[in-house]
Amino acid sequence: MVGLDLERAGTVSTEVQRVLRKLGVEPEVVRRAGIVCFEGEMNMVLYTPGGRIILLVYDDRIELIFSDFGPGIPDVELARQPGYSTAPEWARELGFGSGMGIPNMEANSDRLEIRSRVGEGTVIRATILRRKSEAAGGRRETGS
Amino acid sequence: MTLREIARVVEAQFLTGADLADREVRAAFAADLLSDVLAMVREEGVLLITGTVTTQVVRVAEVMNLAGVLFVRGKVPAKATVDYAASAGIPLLATEHLMYETCGLLFAHGLPPAKRKRLPAEHDGPYPSPP
Amino acid sequence: MKLREVAEKLGLEFLVAAAPEAEVEGGYVSDLLSDVLANAQPKQLWITHQRHLNVVAVAKLRELSGVVFARGIRPGPEVIQKAREEGLNLLISPADAFETAGRLHRLLFP
Repeated sequence: MVGLDLERAGTVSTEVQRVLRKLGVEPEVVRRAGIVCFEGEMNMVLYTPGGRIILLVYDDRIELIFSDFGPGIPDVELARQPGYSTAPEWARELGFGSGMGIPNMEANSDRLEIRSRVGEGTVIRATILRRKSEAAGGRRETGS
Repeated sequence: MTLREIARVVEAQFLTGADLADREVRAAFAADLLSDVLAMVREEGVLLITGTVTTQVVRVAEVMNLAGVLFVRGKVPAKATVDYAASAGIPLLATEHLMYETCGLLFAHGLPPAKRKRLPAEHDGPYPSPP
Repeated sequence: MKLREVAEKLGLEFLVAAAPEAEVEGGYVSDLLSDVLANAQPKQLWITHQRHLNVVAVAKLRELSGVVFARGIRPGPEVIQKAREEGLNLLISPADAFETAGRLHRLLFP
């Protein structure tokens, strides 16, 4: 994932949905995962030099992990608030920066953990629960 | 209302997806800020009315399973974006009308607004000031 | 039509009632500030999701009747404060932009 590559930003979220559909994951989970991934991806592209997005698929949940070497989030509580945005003007004129990025991730995950250190980077882990299936254990991992 | 009827009412051209012109549109949502679309649209089969023409608009349409995108204000996306929409099967339309007129015309023709989900923070009072 | 009457008929809530007798001759729907700066006309009522502070300056510059935040969006206190200082009407619509615009359009041009 490369920062400021606006042409490709958003591609991972559609890819994630495609992979999840292929794995037979429930449509509602696929939808939520797409939204979470899109917002995480956009934040990474707009505010950091780049990072990784990892999708973990379990039988009872999926996890999306966003890990970057960006500037870090000085005040995570503020970032979680709807309407708060640090988007520059050029981004706002392109339809970004309404301040709903992290709130959207939160609204579409069952659990959202944010760990960030200013000057070092940020790791966000989003968990979306699936309806329980009868199969036990099992874990598949894809990175990008 | 079908995409074809919508195109007629607002004098829009199909940029791609004319073969899907008979697709039924359940509702409409008008916004230029993409995260608001992600936050507020709760159902599928919605037409997005927007003046934002970045590729992300098409990706949002894919992620949210929108019925299509109607660009207003005479804005049209770059060819690469139109090609991408074509390959993804997302119909794109474009009208010269401004967003206000477009909403007015479609609303008058009975196109319903998209069902909405109440966001928890919305009625909790003003947000604290950023530092 | 006076803004006060428009607000009543559309169920809009006044956040800042700076000049409720202002005339409303049309509407403008956009979340992009540069677009509003370029294309909005005086005495139009601006319907938007944009909560950035610059909304106030742009609305004043274009001599708009007021700004309506769609879908119950509440801007931050600094936006409200600035609107009060500048004498700009701010309102909230419980309906989304599409419906609010649709109803305003029908109200002004039945």
